Amino acid sequence: MATITSTVSVPTTRMRISPSERFAPAAFILPAVLVVLFISIFPLILSLFLSLSRLRFQAGGLELQFVGLDNYRKLLLGNEQKVLFGTLSEPSLFGWAILAFVAAMLGLTVYRAVRRRAFRAAIGWLFAAAVLLGLTYLVVATLFAPAGRPGTLVVTMLYVVVGVACQYLIGLGLALLCAQPLPGRRFFRVVFLLPMMITPVGVGYLFRMLADTNKGPLEPLWIALGMQDFAWSNNAWGARIAVMIGDIWQWTPFMFIVLLAAIEAQEIEPVEAAIVDGASSFDIFRHITLPAILPVSTTLILIRMIEAFKIIDLPNILTNGGPGTATETLTLYAYRIWRALDIGGSAAIAYILLFLVTFIATLYVRALRSRLGTT
Amino acid sequence: MNPKKIASLTALGALVLAACAAPPTAQPAAQQPAQQQPAKKFAGITVNAITFSGPQIAEPMQRRGKEFSELTGATINVVTVPFADLYQKILNDFATGTNSYDVIVFAPQWMVDYIEPGYLEDLTDRVKADPDLQWEDVGLFFRDFSATYNGRIYTIPLDGDFQMVYYRTDIAKELGLQPPKTWEDYLAFAKAVSEKKLTTDDGKPVYGSCIAKKKAAQSYWMVTSVASAFIQSQGTGQGAFFDLETFKPLYNNEAFARALEIYKETTQYGPPDEINLDVGDTRGLWTAGQCALTIDWGDIGTLAIEEGSKAKDKTGAVILPGSKQVLDRKTGKLVDCTPELCPHAIDGVNHAPFAAFGGWSGAINKASRPEVKDAAFAYLSYMNQPAQSNVDVTIGKTGFNPYRVSQFKNLDNWIKAGMSEQAAKDYLGAIEASLNSPNMVLDLRIPQNQYYQGIVLDGAIAKFLAGEQDIAATMKEIEEGWEQKTEELGREKQLAAYRATLGVQK
Repeated sequence: MATITSTVSVPTTRMRISPSERFAPAAFILPAVLVVLFISIFPLILSLFLSLSRLRFQAGGLELQFVGLDNYRKLLLGNEQKVLFGTLSEPSLFGWAILAFVAAMLGLTVYRAVRRRAFRAAIGWLFAAAVLLGLTYLVVATLFAPAGRPGTLVVTMLYVVVGVACQYLIGLGLALLCAQPLPGRRFFRVVFLLPMMITPVGVGYLFRMLADTNKGPLEPLWIALGMQDFAWSNNAWGARIAVMIGDIWQWTPFMFIVLLAAIEAQEIEPVEAAIVDGASSFDIFRHITLPAILPVSTTLILIRMIEAFKIIDLPNILTNGGPGTATETLTLYAYRIWRALDIGGSAAIAYILLFLVTFIATLYVRALRSRLGTT
Repeated sequence: MNPKKIASLTALGALVLAACAAPPTAQPAAQQPAQQQPAKKFAGITVNAITFSGPQIAEPMQRRGKEFSELTGATINVVTVPFADLYQKILNDFATGTNSYDVIVFAPQWMVDYIEPGYLEDLTDRVKADPDLQWEDVGLFFRDFSATYNGRIYTIPLDGDFQMVYYRTDIAKELGLQPPKTWEDYLAFAKAVSEKKLTTDDGKPVYGSCIAKKKAAQSYWMVTSVASAFIQSQGTGQGAFFDLETFKPLYNNEAFARALEIYKETTQYGPPDEINLDVGDTRGLWTAGQCALTIDWGDIGTLAIEEGSKAKDKTGAVILPGSKQVLDRKTGKLVDCTPELCPHAIDGVNHAPFAAFGGWSGAINKASRPEVKDAAFAYLSYMNQPAQSNVDVTIGKTGFNPYRVSQFKNLDNWIKAGMSEQAAKDYLGAIEASLNSPNMVLDLRIPQNQYYQGIVLDGAIAKFLAGEQDIAATMKEIEEGWEQKTEELGREKQLAAYRATLGVQK
């Protein structure tokens, strides 16, 4: 048997690195860093400056007048406060119950952090709890209050929560169905994907026609149901539900296709072992499939959540944000005032949205990490 | 490779080669004489024009553009964008120095925002030097409002805009109703039709009133049409939006409150989804025979005679209804009309026709090259000249409404277009009555009027119609929103612009 001997030499003295070698990594990375800075950081800083400015058109160009936090003041405390926050009112008993429950859960989370002597985490959670409690109060004082009316902030959150939850559940159901060896499943995989391939503006017009009780293609159905005099667009909740149905219809395929890939990629051995052991289909799903697709699910929800905060096409085409402000989202509101050249106000709304999305996404990831025990 | 594919590719290649190798003599004989003709005046020049996606306005621009190209050799390239984006799209293009457009066809309401920074070419001398325009034939109001700013001409009018009330003559006859003279008459007419529960021949309901009340569309013009007669009574120079001394809004008083009451009450007699309808929808309902009353620009008159319309020869038009009570600006109360208070009243009724929007007009980018400016002006002039415009205003799909004196006087084109003589007289009579009214309300034309009307007024009205707030809260929101914008832009500057606008009316 041949003997293998190592011939690797260990340096006994410190290797000399020439200056060119020392700067080479930085030199190679620098162009990429500059590109990233240029296309993401620079616009971010510029838009922050815009949100602190007022734009005027003057002979020969534009004039940006620095106005400090005035654009934010108008939105948060001025006459546009009602558009953003809606009309707050005394919550109902159910509303108070929701608020109390959320407050208790947040209190418990902070208490646990303090008990673990994780003081830095506790401070973070305390800040998060305060913001979350404020948002919850905003929701209950507008949605769960008899005289309340939600503003663009709450309407946006409503679309995100209801839309993403429904998209995930329906997408998961369809994925589980298409993962079964059923006849025609290849055909349905393609069919289920179609809505995602239609432009959102097209989906808007499609749902506008479908929801028209007077002259749309579903008119005979509405007449048969005695709803020819009903106008979904006159009713705040009718209009919101129409927007949500359109959004769910369009984005469920995204959830479906990714979840289907995750389900089909799971290891088959544990499933076969469970079947041999006599586990029910629900048990297999609960204890094997769901944990297997959990990492994909969390990422999927995060991506859709960030995307859903920016919803604009559907409410814009369906209702222009109406009736009143019932279906207006933050992005649509920013777009509307941008069209009237209130660029500063529009940038301020964009920054409020950025803060909200970053806050909720960070919270979601942190909550998930602590739940899964990862770092 | 599949032999069939090879054969197909070979055939395709042969075709391409044949096309490339075709000798000049292979050109159609009809093109040969053209080569011998002298070069056309604007040969080789491309004029880029922008307007809204229509199809109205864009259609005649493209059609007339082709004709103009054949006549002069210039290439007219019409770019269209959605109406809601047009204002800022043009402004951004000018302000950033991109200058993609040589001709803009836009709302003259926005003119101040384009002229003050110096983006538009002064057309005064060109207009004076162009006899083909027949400038004196253009209605005085359109020359002064749509075309002129601070005594200089900046635009060529292509369209005349007033809001009027249209009513169904057959229904009025059937129910024994008179065309509405006051807004109370309008409500009574609409209510009577609504209670009668009429249907069309194909069983569709006929609504008492159809008004475009959709948010971020035309609703703010409609409510202004209702409010005008209550707010302005002393003539055009009095203004209907702001006080001429303090620049305080005139939209928080008993007059505007009454207008809001009327506006909301009309919803009871309209289609169930009226608050989500824009003018495209209400016009569709009108030509389908489903409306007894509507408020609209001149377009209804020509759309009603188009093929397939069920309102042909059943469409009557009147000047916007008036009021027997008007605003006392000192007290903010509604008071009865007196000869002093309402000097222009007819039978005690104060009418204040609203020149909403002002009519599509064309302007030229100051930064365009001189030869392109020449071609651009010739193109706008060509569209405006009576030979073209007198035909275009009779076609519904153009979106152009009459604006020349000759278009009011000569009924032939209208009858040729399919209107009965009586209908033509009714239609043109209503426009002429509005045009000749000394109490016409000029649309707001001050810096950033788009924000005042399109954001603040429109937003507050949408909330009011949706039941989100009452009349008092709506008026307060409009007043506060307008005041805030005025403070931002400078009260004196805004007041000066507002006065200048009203001062141009002769």
